[in-house]
Amino acid sequence: MKHIYFFLYFLPLLTVATSCRDDELVVPTEYDIIGDEHPDSKIRGLYLVNEGNMGSNKCTLDYYDYHTGLYARNFYAERNPNVIKELGDVGNDIGIYGSKLYVVVNCSHKVEVLDARSGVRLGQVDIPNCRYIRFHRGKAYISSYVGPVLIDPNAPKGAVYEVDTLSLAITRKVPVGYQPEEMEIIDDYMYVANSGGYRAPDYDNTVSVIQMIDFKQVQQIPVGINLHRLKKDRYDKLWITSRGDYQSRPSRLYVMQKKPGFNQMIVTDTIPIACSNMAFSGDLMYYYATEWNNYTATNTISYGVIDVRTKEIISDKFITDGTEKDITIPYGIAVHPETGDIFVTDAKNYVSSGTLYCFTPDGRKKWSVRTGDIPAHITFLPK
Amino acid sequence: MTKQLIMSIVAACLSPGMTKAEEQMDTTYLLQDVYVTARQPNSDIIPVQTLSGEELRRLNSNSIADALRYFSGVQVKDYGGVGGIKTVNIRSMGTNHTGVVYDGVELGNAQNGQIDLGQFSLDNIEALSLYNGQKSEILQPAKDFGSAGTIYMRTRTPFFDEGETYHARATIRTGSFDLLNPSALVELKLSERVSASLSAEWVNSSGKYKFRYRRVNPAGELAYDTTAVRQNGDINATRIELNTHGSLRTGSWTFKAYNYNSERGVPGAIVNNVWRRGERIWDTNSFVQGRYTGHFGRLTTLNNVKYAFYRTHYVNNDDKQVKIDNLYKQKEIYISSANEYEIAEFWRLSASYDFLWNDLDADVYGFVKPSRVSQFLSAATALSFDRVKVQASALGTFIHDRIEGQKAPRDKCVFTPAVFISSYPLRNKDFSLRAFYKQSFRMPTFNDLYYADMGNSQLSPERVTQYNVGIAYEHSTYSSPVSAARLSADVYYNKVKDKIVAYPKGQQFRWTMLNLGLVDIRGIDLTGLLTLHPYKDLYVTVRAQYTFQRAIDVTDPADNYYRHQIPYIPRHSGSAVGNLTWRGWGLNYSWIYVGERYNQQENIRYNYTQPWYTSDVSLSKDFRLGRVSLRVLIEINNLLSQDYDVILNYPMPKRNYRFTLTVEI
Repeated sequence: MKHIYFFLYFLPLLTVATSCRDDELVVPTEYDIIGDEHPDSKIRGLYLVNEGNMGSNKCTLDYYDYHTGLYARNFYAERNPNVIKELGDVGNDIGIYGSKLYVVVNCSHKVEVLDARSGVRLGQVDIPNCRYIRFHRGKAYISSYVGPVLIDPNAPKGAVYEVDTLSLAITRKVPVGYQPEEMEIIDDYMYVANSGGYRAPDYDNTVSVIQMIDFKQVQQIPVGINLHRLKKDRYDKLWITSRGDYQSRPSRLYVMQKKPGFNQMIVTDTIPIACSNMAFSGDLMYYYATEWNNYTATNTISYGVIDVRTKEIISDKFITDGTEKDITIPYGIAVHPETGDIFVTDAKNYVSSGTLYCFTPDGRKKWSVRTGDIPAHITFLPK
Repeated sequence: MTKQLIMSIVAACLSPGMTKAEEQMDTTYLLQDVYVTARQPNSDIIPVQTLSGEELRRLNSNSIADALRYFSGVQVKDYGGVGGIKTVNIRSMGTNHTGVVYDGVELGNAQNGQIDLGQFSLDNIEALSLYNGQKSEILQPAKDFGSAGTIYMRTRTPFFDEGETYHARATIRTGSFDLLNPSALVELKLSERVSASLSAEWVNSSGKYKFRYRRVNPAGELAYDTTAVRQNGDINATRIELNTHGSLRTGSWTFKAYNYNSERGVPGAIVNNVWRRGERIWDTNSFVQGRYTGHFGRLTTLNNVKYAFYRTHYVNNDDKQVKIDNLYKQKEIYISSANEYEIAEFWRLSASYDFLWNDLDADVYGFVKPSRVSQFLSAATALSFDRVKVQASALGTFIHDRIEGQKAPRDKCVFTPAVFISSYPLRNKDFSLRAFYKQSFRMPTFNDLYYADMGNSQLSPERVTQYNVGIAYEHSTYSSPVSAARLSADVYYNKVKDKIVAYPKGQQFRWTMLNLGLVDIRGIDLTGLLTLHPYKDLYVTVRAQYTFQRAIDVTDPADNYYRHQIPYIPRHSGSAVGNLTWRGWGLNYSWIYVGERYNQQENIRYNYTQPWYTSDVSLSKDFRLGRVSLRVLIEINNLLSQDYDVILNYPMPKRNYRFTLTVEI
């Protein structure tokens, strides 16, 4: 019989060591005190979208408030506890227009529309494989990898969707090139960077030009392969990045502008630098680049400043206090419209919390804060 | 007497520890191979856990992976449902360090190194064993010395009583998920020395099940509560397996032909606004393998050959995503010779050599069509005294890759030793102590090295060092109400070096593979078994296991997950099984507990995953109608209908049922 006792001694171990399941709680918001307060600023705060790794459903929204100096991490679920499975899978862009905040959630195939002040949900617009958002005359424009199936069903062209910002209904859509990314609108023409990323090695190399009045693609201008960023500066020049093919053809930065007297954009400059993302501050363009080196098996990260008037690199860094050494993968960049503070995000290894850094215009670190996974896209909330 | 024999067999097969037959180590191998259901395994120098025969059948398991959840030190990754992928990780070292051996020959997957155990049916499996370190015998293929831990699956071997010339068995299973699963087995005695068996099975299921996501806010108010049906988890699969067994004057031979064919939907992650996906996979896995065992005086030889062909067709039809239609073809040739020589009664030596060729072809852009020649050379020795046993082995592995259009990486040569000791400190041999040290490694897979854009051909092998000490207690009597009691405890320390991890490069979800990780694993495995015979015809078996694991990432103090528990490894996990049999009735209750885990590297609340625990119950009844025996089995799984995820966003089924009818002649 003594064996029984022996056995019984062992059983309680199981019960002592184990803990029980509780109700699953709505993902809570965490607050950090930053203290960088600007109560008189025209900017109330900033929103940051963390992309979250694919399939993790961890796209999250963070908010920094310049009145209180508080950073709210993972802000969406607490404001919108009734939304099933929260904000979604892989955020890809964010924008504010009027009183509304728009979050483009790529792998949830939707644009989430929130009240910009409270973060409370107003609705959603279902757009398949949506990428970037811009606004123009009461409408939101969203680029999407999936356009109407035309000729080759296996390689559908992308599209730009037009959404009415009052009714949140899709009003029009126009097919563009393959896998369109960022776009800009200048003088009632929209310019769309086509990547063709699903078609490697036959990348797309064009910028689509859409005439806004009848929402038709009127031209496709060859620029460079695998285009991604497309941003306008204060002189209505377009700055466009090519990601290259990640092998023999390197990443490049192109400039397009209109010839005086003509209404057509042409490529005027090819700047022989790698560029992953950029942000403008007056006449300055801050940029960073992450390039993988197969030989050393490391990422080569570079930063720089370009004078948009001369298109010349005037500095090879905008972080001046050595903080750049702490940044593993710079993944997002933005400039405060009023103070000129520079924000850079670090995505680290893509599957753990990232960091948001704030630098003064002369490149010294003001503060940094832990974010969600893959902090990437920033927009500023006006007062 | 027969009852007692059955009990002792059952007890022995369950054995994680020692049994009575330790003296017979020399001659057991041959016998074990042929008549294993009627034999006790050796007193094992190496910690082993086994589930077999009746107990295995009662365990409410849909697949091999389900049954493995009852072993200590094991974590099963289960993406849910009948067709969902299921992989096994032993002692937190990673799936790729786990060898899976099917009837004596290791299953391979040179492409990603992972064996989907969901594809293997329990229908034809007689015994399932898990060895930490390696198998106790030194007569084994060289490759078997290589894994950090190994799962052995053994199919049923025909065994005919006097006058019998055939057996036949037909089974039909049905139940939740619209499951229809008929199977049949025929065993023929072709001559005095040759027997054959043919086993066939068809599985069809819609894979549809209800799952539920419910959240409350901190005030306790309901935030949302939604129940949906899992989509695109259907499976239609067939398995055909032919085995022939022959005995010779000096040994035996077997031949196996295996074919598995399936079409599956890939249900995918449930994320906001996405409840259905469009991925499908067609798998065809075929192999033939032969084995010859010979016994010549003091020399025993064990030889295996295998040819395998795996075809995988993957299609993504989701019109919101990039269209994918890829075909992968893997081929494998394996030749092995293992030889053991008995120098003296207490001292044996073995030497084995294996040759393995793998080839992968795919219609993917830029695919380099890798092929690999691996050669394994092992030497081992075993010393066996009355109170002490020692086993030592060394394995040399030589790997040469060839790729199309590019320079192949340098050849790799790795040497890995292992030492095992067990002893009986007391005269009655109820108590035993054991310890082992083992080095092992895994080669980077073809995907790690050469996968388009992501692979890194500069990778080195990922290395593991294991230290284990354990104690076992075992006692059997046939007189008292307690007919067998068994307890074992093992403490271990593992270190994973140069762990191959995905590392981000450049922008936009681009990754590469690097030898970056360093993982420190400390664990305790406890197992216990008790067999009672309190009343005539009533037998009670209770079995429990508990695992503690602290597996932390110690790669770089600068990481924000430095010294955090690695993803999906619970600190505490365990299971308990209770089994009652009385005059043809069988009642089984099993309980599985997996403690809290984190679904990413950082142990923060955004990555926290709740514990889960399920109760499964089954009731069976055996009948006899003349020469025909019948069995009816009713199973209820997840009795309390817990809503849980094993993997984040892959919801598991709520309560589900299965009904099985087996006819045997």
